[in-house]
Amino acid sequence: MTLEIVLTVAAALIGVGLFGALSQQSIVMVMMGLELVVNGVLLAGGAAWYFLTPALPDAQMLIVVALVVMAVEMVMGFAATIAIYRARQVDMVDMAEDLNG
Amino acid sequence: MLTDVAVVTLGVLAVAAGAAVFVVDSMARATFALLASFLAAAGMLLALDLVYVAVVTALMMTIEMVVMAVFMIMFMMNPAGLMPMTMVHNVRGSVVVGAGVFAVLTTGIWTIDWPERDGRRPADATRQLGETIMGGHMLVMLVVGIALFATIISGTVLATHRGRYDRFGPELDGERPDDPVPGGLPR
Amino acid sequence: MTDSVTSSAAAWGVLPAVVVVALVAVALGALFVVVDRVAVTGVRGALGAPVVEAGRLLVQQRRVTPAPDRLLWRLASAAVLVLAMLSMAVVPVAGRTLWSTTADLVWFNAMEALMWAAVWLLGWGPNAVHSLVGGYRFLAQGLAYELPLMFALITAGLGAGTLRTTGVVAAQRELWFVVTMPAAFVVFLASAAAFAFWGPFSAPAGDDIAGGVVSELSGVERLLVEAGRAVFLGVSAAMAVALFLGGGAGPWLPDWSWQLLKTVLVMLVLVAAGRRVPTLRPDRYVEVGWMVLVPVTLVQALVVALLVLSGWYA
Repeated sequence: MTLEIVLTVAAALIGVGLFGALSQQSIVMVMMGLELVVNGVLLAGGAAWYFLTPALPDAQMLIVVALVVMAVEMVMGFAATIAIYRARQVDMVDMAEDLNG
Repeated sequence: MLTDVAVVTLGVLAVAAGAAVFVVDSMARATFALLASFLAAAGMLLALDLVYVAVVTALMMTIEMVVMAVFMIMFMMNPAGLMPMTMVHNVRGSVVVGAGVFAVLTTGIWTIDWPERDGRRPADATRQLGETIMGGHMLVMLVVGIALFATIISGTVLATHRGRYDRFGPELDGERPDDPVPGGLPR
Repeated sequence: MTDSVTSSAAAWGVLPAVVVVALVAVALGALFVVVDRVAVTGVRGALGAPVVEAGRLLVQQRRVTPAPDRLLWRLASAAVLVLAMLSMAVVPVAGRTLWSTTADLVWFNAMEALMWAAVWLLGWGPNAVHSLVGGYRFLAQGLAYELPLMFALITAGLGAGTLRTTGVVAAQRELWFVVTMPAAFVVFLASAAAFAFWGPFSAPAGDDIAGGVVSELSGVERLLVEAGRAVFLGVSAAMAVALFLGGGAGPWLPDWSWQLLKTVLVMLVLVAAGRRVPTLRPDRYVEVGWMVLVPVTLVQALVVALLVLSGWYA
């Protein structure tokens, strides 16, 4: 087990997540892509703690913050989805382009 | 050696399950593929001696994914995937971005001259985290707490379409709130 | 490492420890079924009926529904028992847990949280309306019991100053935690009934929806799910003994017999109370959970925190 292997997995998760977040049309599926990206961040934080700075707690803090980011992202994502769906039956990102310049 | 095999297997599983999210037709399967990806990542964190963080990841992500499943079923046109359809846009661009980011990161990961391990691992990683949350990094926790509180309020405000005037009447003089679900407490 | 003292896997070898703990988990589940049957039907038939029922399920022809999600359904039916076994891994047996981590209590909580996924999938899998309704009912119930349960677990960890279950047991040498944490104890037992959707919390498998999440289950899968629920309840009773009733502490008799005795007593209390209360509707229980239980458990945690600061547990 080396730092590089774990980080490569994290990079793959980030790559797959980005692909999903950019290619999916449904808002919920976009959020699942974002969650995968943060999953990669979690893993990278764990690897950084174990292989680089185990004496410092900072990498663990990063993981905790990443978990909170996921929770916040999901709550706000679903709240916005419900709000926009209630207002005009929209559940796809392509139909919510009002702010597209 | 055994740990190496386990970590690589879990890593492959995490990425494969993550990719499956965007491949399978059924929304339930997509959600639980994402959960499998999280659980595999939690298993890797377990191998990295981060027991608390790993278990909390599993705990939070399970509940989050089940709630996610409810929304997936609610908002997708084809929840069970019985009539396969694709709802994607700009696939080529997305593949380029995803693969590009992966390539750049991997190149960096394998070419950077990583520093040596700095310091020794503590006997108890959970205690290390707990002491820092209540000590040196308390400000982070305070900010996180306020952010979560703000999230709860703004999430509720966005998601509900009923306010106190709907519940207690225009003069706010209703004795009992007029709620669609009665609830369990005597009022 | 302190692990060698507290973990049975380190003390007896991994395989024997796993086998012993799995057997103890099954035994606890069987014990709960017997206690439950005795309370409902009396002593006659308490031993025979469950065995006959298990045998019937083993040979029963499988019920088929159109277009089920077989993969997820099978996974979920196996998961209930597996999760119950896994949560047993952090419950002390004869003073040792199968695997002792620095976050045992969170581990127990995580295994229970995975029940959310398992039960919802049980409802989703067969592509049948009653079981799906049951699955959603469980989620509503889950939203109500999850936070009080977390606070109850945390309160025990707070009093002991550790998340290790063996540490929690050791911290009760002077005084059982139930004395200072009665609310957490009661909430823990109620939540155990809730995540095994048993007794007053059986709405997800209620008769009004023809059995809900278990309505389409048949044969071995049904046996696995029912066994998983029983094992979860048995394990939770043992966990309640470890967290709040001083584990194996007691005069004259050896540790394991006290632990067994207390576990049976907790089961009796659970059954006696659970079988008397009618089934609660999840939509009602949600409000009780958030408006009553969350504040109560928070105050409970605050009281314990103040006691810790005043040196009460030292």
